Amino acid sequence: MLYRTAGQFKTSYRADQALFPIKQDAFLLGIILICAWVVFPLTASEFTFQTILTPILIYSLAALGLNILTGFAGQLSLGTGAFMGVGAYACYKMITLMPWMNPVIAILLSGVFSAFVGVMFGIPSLRIKGFYLAIATLAAQFFLVWLFEKWAWLYNYNASGAIQVPNLDMFGIYVSGPQASSMTQYYLVLFIVSLLTYLCINLTRGNLGRTWKATRDMDIAAELIGINLMKSKLTAFAVSSYIVGVSGALFVFMWRGAAEPNLFDIPLSFRVLFIAIIGGLGSIMGNYLGAILIVGLPVVLNTVPSALGFHVESALLEHLNIMIVGSLIIFFLIIEPHGLNQLWRLIREKLIIWPFPH
Amino acid sequence: MELLNKIFIAPFVDMVAAPDFLMQVLWEGLVSGVLYSLIALGFVLIFRSSRIFNFAQGIMVVFAALTLVGLHEMGVPAWISVALTLAVMFGLAVSIERIVLRPLVGQPDIILFMATIGITLFLIGFGEIIFGGENKQMITSELGIPTGDFVLEPFGGLLILQHIDITAVLVAAALVVSLLLFLNKTRMGRAIRALGDDHQAALSVGISLQTIWVLVWFIAGIIALVTGIAWGSRAGVSFALEVIAYKALPVLMLGGLESITGAIIGGLMIGMLEKMFEIYWGAPLLGGNTESWFAYVLALVVLLFRPQGLFGEKIIERV
Repeated sequence: MLYRTAGQFKTSYRADQALFPIKQDAFLLGIILICAWVVFPLTASEFTFQTILTPILIYSLAALGLNILTGFAGQLSLGTGAFMGVGAYACYKMITLMPWMNPVIAILLSGVFSAFVGVMFGIPSLRIKGFYLAIATLAAQFFLVWLFEKWAWLYNYNASGAIQVPNLDMFGIYVSGPQASSMTQYYLVLFIVSLLTYLCINLTRGNLGRTWKATRDMDIAAELIGINLMKSKLTAFAVSSYIVGVSGALFVFMWRGAAEPNLFDIPLSFRVLFIAIIGGLGSIMGNYLGAILIVGLPVVLNTVPSALGFHVESALLEHLNIMIVGSLIIFFLIIEPHGLNQLWRLIREKLIIWPFPH
Repeated sequence: MELLNKIFIAPFVDMVAAPDFLMQVLWEGLVSGVLYSLIALGFVLIFRSSRIFNFAQGIMVVFAALTLVGLHEMGVPAWISVALTLAVMFGLAVSIERIVLRPLVGQPDIILFMATIGITLFLIGFGEIIFGGENKQMITSELGIPTGDFVLEPFGGLLILQHIDITAVLVAAALVVSLLLFLNKTRMGRAIRALGDDHQAALSVGISLQTIWVLVWFIAGIIALVTGIAWGSRAGVSFALEVIAYKALPVLMLGGLESITGAIIGGLMIGMLEKMFEIYWGAPLLGGNTESWFAYVLALVVLLFRPQGLFGEKIIERV
């Protein structure tokens, strides 16, 4: 009823290939965007910004980057955390070497460095496939985290070995560091995430995206129809690492405020991988759904017992959290291996034909 | 020149000058290599029979060791707690097969891989709640494992061999031999290998997928317990042990995901080479702690020349 597509005729190829060929989809997206740009910022508290809104956006951006590589180009990577680290450290170095630099430009540029590193570690993918490649990306993970720790130039030789985000301002408003307000940071993150998501949607629909999908579905067949595998795989690594790097810079500059090398260790990589897989490999929206689940769940689990009047020790609660997240991952994989995005797609199909069964 | 000297000449001069130290380094490397091999063996068994990349092997080691120590702390005699731990590992194998694997049969590899990460998280949370997170002492002497050491004096130097390490090497060797005998000589073992070769064909001649999967996960559990005892008696039992799973992954890459020989030889190679690299090159030139990535980089370089690992089955692709 609500999702009836009857009467929406397409009279040109252009209209048929529009980003949202069904009006209701565009309408829904409009509501979500209004919520994200207007409603949430007006109603959210400092706590909500810090624990839910900003991290969800940053994690979904990281998952989007990983999804380009794993979901669209079919190259499984376990080194996402390290590439986020490259972005963060690159941004830190740029900001401290060139303090006059606009923070947004620095964040967007820091992705270039991680894209470069990503391509370097992507070269083995030309020879190695499947799980062998996944383990090979772990080489990047462990090597880079070791480098963050040992290469003192990266953190400007300070004694703690951690990077501390300085106060940065843009047109007189603080955007990062201790003095920045959560709302400014949220808007900045939202702007970058929206921009990159829009670019990614179009990228995956275009020539490059189709090349990636062909490589994912069967690389030999793709090669036979004239796709240059080297180009396809390496561009996937570059684009993916660029996005992941930007998300890493946002992660530290707009949310955490400080970072130690082990922040980018393997649990972070797995977290992003969970988001991408639970959301749905090969989808864009899935990353957001997955991030909402994975970031939101611990917050909910932390607040529910006290709201119900139970007193649970925080250590026990933390362990219960890990347990529940683990079982939920298995649960979601069993009910829908293609992720939350697929669930939404099924619901949407049901809605389109509802109330008639056929 | 100074740098070249440090890379190409000085380490070898050191090696020749102090052969006893070199032997000590190699021995230490060998012992950790044996443990890497054991973990890799658990991976290989499960991968061969079900194409599941079992990320949970590392946490199974921790879980088995913690159960053993936890049972003993409750006053159960040492050997009975070993038997009980084996029973727990069997229960774990059955429930993993029932709850996780059975509904996911036939899904893409990456989904099954994610499911094993889910199992890992579950076991971490579960284990921490039941056994607590602090480091525990492995019940080495209660199990009758000797704890002294041999002191040898080759070339007039000093070489210390811990009894625990020698026991670990011997037990691991015995375990590998009996595993190979089991796989090659018994009905069950042949069924496991048949399942690894071709699922459908194996099913059609009446091999039960479910039984074999439980069996394989149980064997992986036994291997995990042995690894847990051996490693735990060196470093204590805690969740930090989980990181040795990451050590076993490059072993798999180097040896090939399907090869038992590859897992053993790869593990020994990586154990010794990474120790040598750390002592002679890593610590003086790169600021140490290179063990975290050396194995990966080594495996990566090998894979560039042999994409299926040193002993893996040749990859034949058809369109």
